[in-house]
Amino acid sequence: MWNSINLRAALLSLTILIVALAAWEWSVSGGLVPSEQEELSEYERLMGGASSTAGSGVPAPSAVINRAIEELSDPFYDRGSNDKGIGIQLAHSIGRVAIGYGLAVLVAVPLGFVIGMSPLMQKALNPYIQILRPISPLAWMPLALFIIRDAGQSAVFVIFICSVWPVLVNTSFGVAGVKKDLLNVARTLELSRLRTAFTVILPAAAPTILTGMRIAIGISWLVIVAAEMLVGGTGIGYFVWNEWNNLDLTSVIFSILMIGLVGMVLDTILATATRMVQYAD
Amino acid sequence: MNKAFLEIENLKKVFPGPRGGEPLTVFENVTVGIQRGEFVCVIGHSGCGKSTILNVIAGLDDATEGYVFMDGKEVKGTSLDRGVIFQNHSLLPWKSALSNVMFAVKSRWPGWSREQVRAHAMKYIEMVGLKGTEDRKPSQLSGGMRQRVGIARAFAIEPKMLLMDEPFGALDALTRGTIQDELLNIWSQAGQTVFMITHDVDEAILLSDRILLMTNGPNASVAEAVEVDIPRPRNRETLFKHERFYQIRNHLVDFLVRRSKELSGNGGGATRTVRLAAVNEDQDDSSDEHPRRAAAGGH
Repeated sequence: MWNSINLRAALLSLTILIVALAAWEWSVSGGLVPSEQEELSEYERLMGGASSTAGSGVPAPSAVINRAIEELSDPFYDRGSNDKGIGIQLAHSIGRVAIGYGLAVLVAVPLGFVIGMSPLMQKALNPYIQILRPISPLAWMPLALFIIRDAGQSAVFVIFICSVWPVLVNTSFGVAGVKKDLLNVARTLELSRLRTAFTVILPAAAPTILTGMRIAIGISWLVIVAAEMLVGGTGIGYFVWNEWNNLDLTSVIFSILMIGLVGMVLDTILATATRMVQYAD
Repeated sequence: MNKAFLEIENLKKVFPGPRGGEPLTVFENVTVGIQRGEFVCVIGHSGCGKSTILNVIAGLDDATEGYVFMDGKEVKGTSLDRGVIFQNHSLLPWKSALSNVMFAVKSRWPGWSREQVRAHAMKYIEMVGLKGTEDRKPSQLSGGMRQRVGIARAFAIEPKMLLMDEPFGALDALTRGTIQDELLNIWSQAGQTVFMITHDVDEAILLSDRILLMTNGPNASVAEAVEVDIPRPRNRETLFKHERFYQIRNHLVDFLVRRSKELSGNGGGATRTVRLAAVNEDQDDSSDEHPRRAAAGGH
């Protein structure tokens, strides 16, 4: 039964993929827009006909697949600032996310502990958290650029600021929600506050904390693309924007898929980590 | 003044009223002395503050007035000298049964090697009959097994005194009986002083040397201390055949059903020690006719 539902799901997935790709291929190869060749659209005239090379201008899936094979066979080439392999661009983005997100976790988990354990701190800091949390991380960008004066570091800062809130809120929530009985056990065993924090509260709150970290990594990966479009230079966000400026839609679609793939991998890593600290009550 | 091992003196707990309303005095004038090695049960209706008294003895809660002394020292805060068995087992759910006991043992003797800690914890796991299931997490154990781990954990730190807050309240009758036997068995070897809360009259008679009866709250107090002079070792099968059993049982039930209400809120005088003596003693309604051998308490 287990086997058969997986098999059926896989078959259905595959069918959907084939149907979608076939529809895409058919629609861009002239099936839907037959009159395209006769008259250039206003946009194409502006572009000097540059985008009319492949029918409607939207590349066919076969073209995207070819590009993917081409790019992935040599992902780390570097021919100057505007021509780097997809691997290098992704590595830059992942690196920025790793630093910004890592710093956010280092700050937010201890701070969340303090807020979760102290009702005073909770009441005192809550207004600031509530005001700062809904701010779009990109709104910080001009301020970051002015103060930090470095595009790459500003992007890291934006990642930091967008990951810090989910981790902070979830940590304080998880810590505050640790069962009173478990804390009483720690007290009757005369555990020090530090030992209680590490051996009782941390494992008890770990699933909630990791859920916050999982939300944060998802947001970070969403935001890094937008941030890199703004700051430029390197990274997958810049790459997408650069290929758009080159009117290379094939590369744009390919990078979109790569962004999705990396996002999925990051989420899977955090999901696995969450499962490792999960416990049945 | 005859110093008992545990002295509870004029204990009173007042909870602040909701939104500036009348403050609520849960219990007052609670004065009890417990001898070393004595097994004492407390019976009373919900809301009479039994659990609060236990928490004050444990050091988990503060009394509004009054003191608790153990071994001549005032109880301030929690201590490894007073083990607590909680009603809902309170095991760390991410640790196995053995690790839960080891965790407590490590806190008690921080200097011990891992092997020593493990061996000591294992001894108590075996004592509660959980050998072979020690690697399971609490969620993989039945309710009775979890409570056994809780008992093993409390006994493993070898406290001077054990406090139990309805330890078998959440268990079914069959499991409860088995664990009561095991508890009696371990206790008779270890000889700790025990203070236990229960709702179960038969359980109290089986286990206790003395049963404290509390009047209804608010303003509850310990009205009587009933001595259970049924010789040990006792067991569940023969207990009810003992001539004293129904005498004591009727007295307790009568108290819970009728007198706990009648006596409630009258400020709580001194606790009377009650020893139900001769057979055929009139045990019916008249509430003030019970034989009084000694007025006891902290004086």
